[in-house]
Amino acid sequence: MAVLRLIAALLMLSPILSLAFSPENPTNQRILVLLDDLAIKSSHSIFFKSLTDRGYNLDFKLADDPKLSLQRYGQYLYDGLIIFAPSAERLGGALDLPAVLDFVDSGHDLILAADTTTSDLIRDIAAECGVDFDEDPEALVIDHTSYAISKTDTGHTLIVSDNVIDSKVILGEKKLEAPVLFQGIAHSLNPANSLVLKVLSASPSAYSANPKAEISNPPALIGSSISLVSVVQGRNNARIVISGSLDLFSNKFMKSAVKTFGSSVEHGKSGNEQFVSELSKWVFHERGHLKAVNVQHHKIGETVEPATYRITDYLEYSVEIFEWTGKDWKPYVADDVQVQFYMMSPYVLKTLSHNNKGLYSTSFQVPDVYGVFQFKIEYRRLGYTSLSLSKQIPVRPFRHNEYERFIISAYPYYGGAFSMMAGFFIFGLVFLYHK
Amino acid sequence: MAATATTKDATGTVLSAIILILVAVLAFSIRLFSVIKYESVIHEFDPYFNYRVTQYLSKNGVYDFWNWFDDRTWYPLGRVIGGTVYPGLTLTAGTMWWIFNSLNIPLSVETVCVFTAPIFSANAAWATYLLTKEVKGIGAGLTAAALIAMVPSYISRSVAGSYDNEAVAIFALVFTFYLYIKTLNTGSLFYATLNALAYFYMVCSWGGYTFIINLIPMHVLLCIITGRYSSRLYIAYAPLVVLGTLLAALVPVVGFNAVMTSEHFGSFLVFIILNVVALGHYIKRTVSAKMFKVAITLVISFGMVVSVALAAILVASVAASPTKGWSGRSLSLLDPTYASKYIPIIASVSEHQPPTWPSYFMDINVLAFLVPAGIIACFLPLSDASSFLVLYIVTSVYFSGVMVRLMLVLAPAACILSGIALSEAFAVLTRSIKFKQDKSEVLMDESNNGSKTSQPEKDKEIVRERPSKKSRRMEKENVEKVLEKKEVKQWSLLLPVEASAVGILLLIVLGSFYVVHCVWAAAEAYSAPSIVLSSHTPEGVHVFDDFREAYAWLSHNTDIDDKVASWWDYGYQTTAMANRTVIVDNNTWNNTHIATVGTAMSSPERQAWEIFQSLDVKYVFVVFGGLVGYPSDDINKFLWMVRIGGGVFPHIKEPDYLRDGQYRIDSQATPTMLNSLMYKLSYYRFTEADGKGFDRVRRTEIGKKYFKLTHFEEVFTTHHWMVRIYKLKPPKNRLRGKNKKRSKSSSKGGKSSSWKKQEKRNPWH
Repeated sequence: MAVLRLIAALLMLSPILSLAFSPENPTNQRILVLLDDLAIKSSHSIFFKSLTDRGYNLDFKLADDPKLSLQRYGQYLYDGLIIFAPSAERLGGALDLPAVLDFVDSGHDLILAADTTTSDLIRDIAAECGVDFDEDPEALVIDHTSYAISKTDTGHTLIVSDNVIDSKVILGEKKLEAPVLFQGIAHSLNPANSLVLKVLSASPSAYSANPKAEISNPPALIGSSISLVSVVQGRNNARIVISGSLDLFSNKFMKSAVKTFGSSVEHGKSGNEQFVSELSKWVFHERGHLKAVNVQHHKIGETVEPATYRITDYLEYSVEIFEWTGKDWKPYVADDVQVQFYMMSPYVLKTLSHNNKGLYSTSFQVPDVYGVFQFKIEYRRLGYTSLSLSKQIPVRPFRHNEYERFIISAYPYYGGAFSMMAGFFIFGLVFLYHK
Repeated sequence: MAATATTKDATGTVLSAIILILVAVLAFSIRLFSVIKYESVIHEFDPYFNYRVTQYLSKNGVYDFWNWFDDRTWYPLGRVIGGTVYPGLTLTAGTMWWIFNSLNIPLSVETVCVFTAPIFSANAAWATYLLTKEVKGIGAGLTAAALIAMVPSYISRSVAGSYDNEAVAIFALVFTFYLYIKTLNTGSLFYATLNALAYFYMVCSWGGYTFIINLIPMHVLLCIITGRYSSRLYIAYAPLVVLGTLLAALVPVVGFNAVMTSEHFGSFLVFIILNVVALGHYIKRTVSAKMFKVAITLVISFGMVVSVALAAILVASVAASPTKGWSGRSLSLLDPTYASKYIPIIASVSEHQPPTWPSYFMDINVLAFLVPAGIIACFLPLSDASSFLVLYIVTSVYFSGVMVRLMLVLAPAACILSGIALSEAFAVLTRSIKFKQDKSEVLMDESNNGSKTSQPEKDKEIVRERPSKKSRRMEKENVEKVLEKKEVKQWSLLLPVEASAVGILLLIVLGSFYVVHCVWAAAEAYSAPSIVLSSHTPEGVHVFDDFREAYAWLSHNTDIDDKVASWWDYGYQTTAMANRTVIVDNNTWNNTHIATVGTAMSSPERQAWEIFQSLDVKYVFVVFGGLVGYPSDDINKFLWMVRIGGGVFPHIKEPDYLRDGQYRIDSQATPTMLNSLMYKLSYYRFTEADGKGFDRVRRTEIGKKYFKLTHFEEVFTTHHWMVRIYKLKPPKNRLRGKNKKRSKSSSKGGKSSSWKKQEKRNPWH
């Protein structure tokens, strides 16, 4: 309930946000793009164009623009933020680390790209989101087995990876057609952190080190523990993409042909464009954003929602779940949505059945325990926003007149009581009037 | 002669009626100090629950009240109010409210609740009059009524606003005793039935009804043992047990307890004995003496075997149950150390502690000295009725010695016996003045005059004895004998005039001391509503209204379904005043739940947060007196939380919170203590208040002065810091990585460092 309310509140709160998930005006979102250098605007134009084509309004600013501001009068001016300014030591205007984090914490999305030179600010933003870039400022990801054959790259830092996360929600229905080119720095994730996910990871032979220096110590980050691109979904469903490479998004990488070392296949075009645009669809909630509405419950045979149930009542519970497609809400179909009837622990746990139109329902008997119960749905699936609904409902014991009036097994006692009364009456008569 | 007697009688009746009305006015008005000094408001803790229940009753009717399942307390378990509450008080006030409203007197429920206790204390005064009159005549009755109207012990529980069960229960208690004595004196089945009904009312009103159902059987047993068995005794007792038990079982909260718990067994045992004795008397009347002797040896030898077997079964079955069939509160009556040894939750309540000697003087004042005289008066002569009073005072003195709360039961007994003592003393003293004069007139023929002068007196005696004599037809001679004896005694009790005059004077002085003390107690000691506090400062009276401030904040600033956790003391007030769901409250029915809250309060922040989160708690508040010196705050109750929590969750250990057996919060305190949630919530930002962190209750500087809260945030602190409300922080939106934040960047961006250190100032302070 609280989460529903929160979502509702978020939807209501800002008029800009409310545009975000309405079918009338599906993708009229404003996104602030922060750049080191306005040249990036043209060198990464394919990526930006794919966004504007999908209806986003991009607002390009230099990272040290003194008039930068994410919000005005307590309202956010933007729905998303793209920081393509890996070397920015500080952001201009009212923007700083806490402002960016507050932006995310209030439910907005972020794309962050690092590069061979990454400032502490960018590293801090990433660290706050659970992503740790390699501490060595000179280090790059090096892979001597799966690198792209190129004329300029001699240190095998232009690497190739098709080791992507297996999730259709995050990377779309289509399989990645070609491997992804990557040149940048490595980062690692804390395995205990359930909010971050590796989307693109390096091959087992990769390591992170300074390509210009001799390696004296074994590198700290090696193998597939290196993450190249990661995503974060906050508890408030704000989504973040963190990439160790800015070039990943660049026109040059997208257009270039890929020939992996040791492989005979040459792809005419790298997988970067597909990878990046699908990822941007996910990060801007065009996929995998669920909403649960219209939670209803009532006794079987009735339609009105009661204020309280009685123990051993039979009830029906239903909820509608939809997924945002980027244009409108379409029914969400899954067979693993469960509802709990919960009081300190689940007394009933049932899988909801659905009608393929987004309506999930089930019916069950209230347990023979009174107390304040909750209908709880805790639905967390990879890539999807988490659904956490709870609706409080008291369950009362029987009323005094809801018990059986006569119990069959007690008939001997009834008989005993009445025969006793009759016997006493007769005894009284005899005692008093029989001389 | 007869005519004058009637007029005199009539004047006496009118006079005593006027006195009784005045006593009622006194009883009512002496309890209004709280309204005049503070305001018309419900007091303390339990009364708030009763008030809330009464509101529900007046809004939804009796049936809904009976079936009320309250989902706003004991979250998430809920509480079946209808089945766990003594409904007497609520029904009484609800009926009064209904009557007023149907008479078009639009009183609010709160007003009726506030004034229920004073009204019923007037009733209790009348009941005391009736009871004492039944034992020792009108004079003693009036004195006792006047005494009970202002006895401090009773005032403490029945000032206006003190809307608790005891308010009506004392009336019910005394009235039940009156009807029992009345039945005993008259042998009337009518009064016996009334007695059962009065007992029913008492059962409805208060758990203290077990006192009645044990005291009366004890008296019956006493009468049987001392050879005072009569058919009146049978009529007085048998209907009470049969009807009373049936009626008691109708009260949902008692139910089958009326026949299944040890507290009631005594009455059944005595009932059996009484019937056996009655049968014996019947047989004795019908058969010859010789036959009777044979029969009795037969019955006794057979009966012994059976009763030994029965007793063995009983003992075995009782011993099989863990608490020996006794509830904890009753066990702590029999063994005063039981509760403090085994049940911390009972021992933690201050009114369950044994009283100190000064509290006797405070609560019953001079009555404590008059009671022995009253006991002696009860033995001159000892009747069935007066032996009951003696038994009543003896048992209630014992019980009051076990629990402060039961001083309340002692108070009526002390008043009655003191009333008797005072009245007897006055009678002796005034008589000796009166007859001294008579004697000097007719000094010559003493033997004739003796009987002559005492004639009116004797008339009076006979008149007074008339109603009881009707019933004592069989013992007529006996009564006559008593009267003659009395006459003789009257002569022997004459004192010198001067001594009598001085004695009367002294008694009046004693009485005035009592009155002065009672008025003082009513005005100063017992009128504080405890939710509004006041202190006298040189500038005038300073009022601390922090509790209501906090509850009002909760009710205005939190969602209607939010759960608020606090120590159980404040549960009733939170539900009644803030209308928010609480986890535990003053009805301490679920020890585990209370222990959970106690554990949370004694745990470090993170564990506490997890416990509260699992209970869906959104807000936590603590009562803190360190700033203004309010001693009954949560830090002082904290050891009880530790004990109660540790009783269920053994990882909480009391010694961890004590330094060398001493409870302290200063720099010597243990780390466990300083890291407990209670310490943190109480002393968070306390140093900002006075700069030193000096706790005015514990009279020491606190041990840990600067600390941050990670899982709780302060949302409201009242004017005097007495209630501090915290909100549970939601789980973090993001999880941080391992990399430490570089100092470089934080020093660079001036703003980024300031946002964390930004001091939250309390805007209400």
